[in-house]
Amino acid sequence: MADELLTAEHLVKRFDDNTVLDDVSLSVKKGEVIVVVGPSGCGKSTLLRCLNALEPIQGGKITLDGEAVVYGSKNLAAIRQKIGMVFQSYDLFPHLSVLDNILLAPVKAQKRKKDEAAAEAMKLLERVGLADKAKSFPRQLSGGQKQRVAIVRALCMHPVMMLFDEVTAALDPEMVREVLDVMLNLAKQGMTMIIVTHEMQFAKAIADRVVFLENGEIIEDTDPNTFFEHPQTERAKQFLNIFSFERSKKDEKN
Amino acid sequence: MNWDFIWKYLPMYGEAALLTVKIGLAGIGIAIPVGFFCAVIQYFKVALLRRIVSVYIEISRNTPLLIQLFFIYYALPKIGIPTNPSVCGVAGLAFLGGSYMAEAFRSGLEAVETVQMESALSLGLKRGQALLYVILPQAVSVSVPAFVANIIFLLKETSVFSAVSLMDLMFTAKDLIGQYYKTTESLFMLVVFYMIILLPVSILGSVLERRVRRAGFGS
Ligand SMILES: Nc1ncnc2c1ncn2[C@@H]1O[C@H](COP(=O)(O)OP(=O)(O)OP(=O)(O)O)[C@@H](O)[C@H]1O
Ligand SMILES: [Mg+2]
Repeated sequence: MADELLTAEHLVKRFDDNTVLDDVSLSVKKGEVIVVVGPSGCGKSTLLRCLNALEPIQGGKITLDGEAVVYGSKNLAAIRQKIGMVFQSYDLFPHLSVLDNILLAPVKAQKRKKDEAAAEAMKLLERVGLADKAKSFPRQLSGGQKQRVAIVRALCMHPVMMLFDEVTAALDPEMVREVLDVMLNLAKQGMTMIIVTHEMQFAKAIADRVVFLENGEIIEDTDPNTFFEHPQTERAKQFLNIFSFERSKKDEKN
Repeated sequence: MNWDFIWKYLPMYGEAALLTVKIGLAGIGIAIPVGFFCAVIQYFKVALLRRIVSVYIEISRNTPLLIQLFFIYYALPKIGIPTNPSVCGVAGLAFLGGSYMAEAFRSGLEAVETVQMESALSLGLKRGQALLYVILPQAVSVSVPAFVANIIFLLKETSVFSAVSLMDLMFTAKDLIGQYYKTTESLFMLVVFYMIILLPVSILGSVLERRVRRAGFGS
């Protein structure tokens, strides 16, 4: 169990009477890429938000790298520096340039030298093809560019793992690819990731493990081949059918 | 219109205007940090303090300044806290203004999408840092119009200071009317001096508003 980076044990999350996560346990090994899928409203975003304590939990325990992740605790900011998170809605800071967006946390939270952090930021921007946008403001960028900057911003903190919550869901189709490619590259470099996505082809390509969540419970937790080709549960089959139906409809049109 | 009369009492009005401005600025100067503090407590939903703040805001917003002043002026000495007209004026204005400023700041803070705070936190910034570097700069543009309106409103409210025998503009005007029955001249000067105080504030305010509205980041 030594290589377990993040573990969540018996998580329970309720909003008032509404139980959104019901005894969810999940562990992520170093370098592992986990894709979480499931119908809308099943608790995927809530799960990710609980993992870095943006939401308080009503039961269970979360451990990152041996340290307990506790909502409201004193060392939470330090723990969150180790977990990069990218949201579905574009979350760049609109009043700051791309470069300042990236530098804010390294300089203010990690007290790093601005020059050194800027050099790294530029290198990362270059890697995602956005070095020329360093001085731009978020509203001058396309959705896909914004999300790539958001990923760079998280990476510049040197996180030990990344959380992605449907980062391409709000994008025009032609911009989806450029963002997914960045994530595929990260996976190749060995980044530990938990990814929530509705892009099934992408999930198949990137996942080491697929977790199927429904009604706040993990119904399947298996390798991508098994999940997509031989789903064990009726509910997973139904869920996957939605996507194949969409595909066959498109086929007919073409 | 008796211009000699106006000329003669002009310095007296000048002094009264200065007093009005001084007390007004002092009161507003305290109201701004009080309002900011209250708004931040409400924004972060700080337990207990948040209750106290909302009780304060309700009391402050739903009672006239005149009554707040009377309370400070006549009631506080009865429980052993001495006051004088100036302190009373500053305290009254700060008490009233604090709640109005709190509402102005709060609406600005709440206008910033919650994902902004969340992404700042998930980058590992502390809440105070997130507030300072991420939320406040975005909240300002929403808060400015209400902020400017509050300053003008509070400066106008200074006209009730005379009730606690502060020798402000209103007091001076009433005094002259009482002594010489020169109602027209006295009121004329009162209006002129209030305009002299408020007009620059209004103009400055609308310049500021236009500035922040045009500060569409990166345009
Ligand atoms: N802040 C909140 N207050 C109350 N209920 C909430 C809150 N956030 C989420 N919920 C509820 O929790 C449930 C799970 O929401 P969540 O956003 O985690 O779903 P999801 O799986 O991410 O869905 P989607 O695929 O649409 O993003 C939903 O029923 C939602 O209404
Ligand atoms: Mg979601």
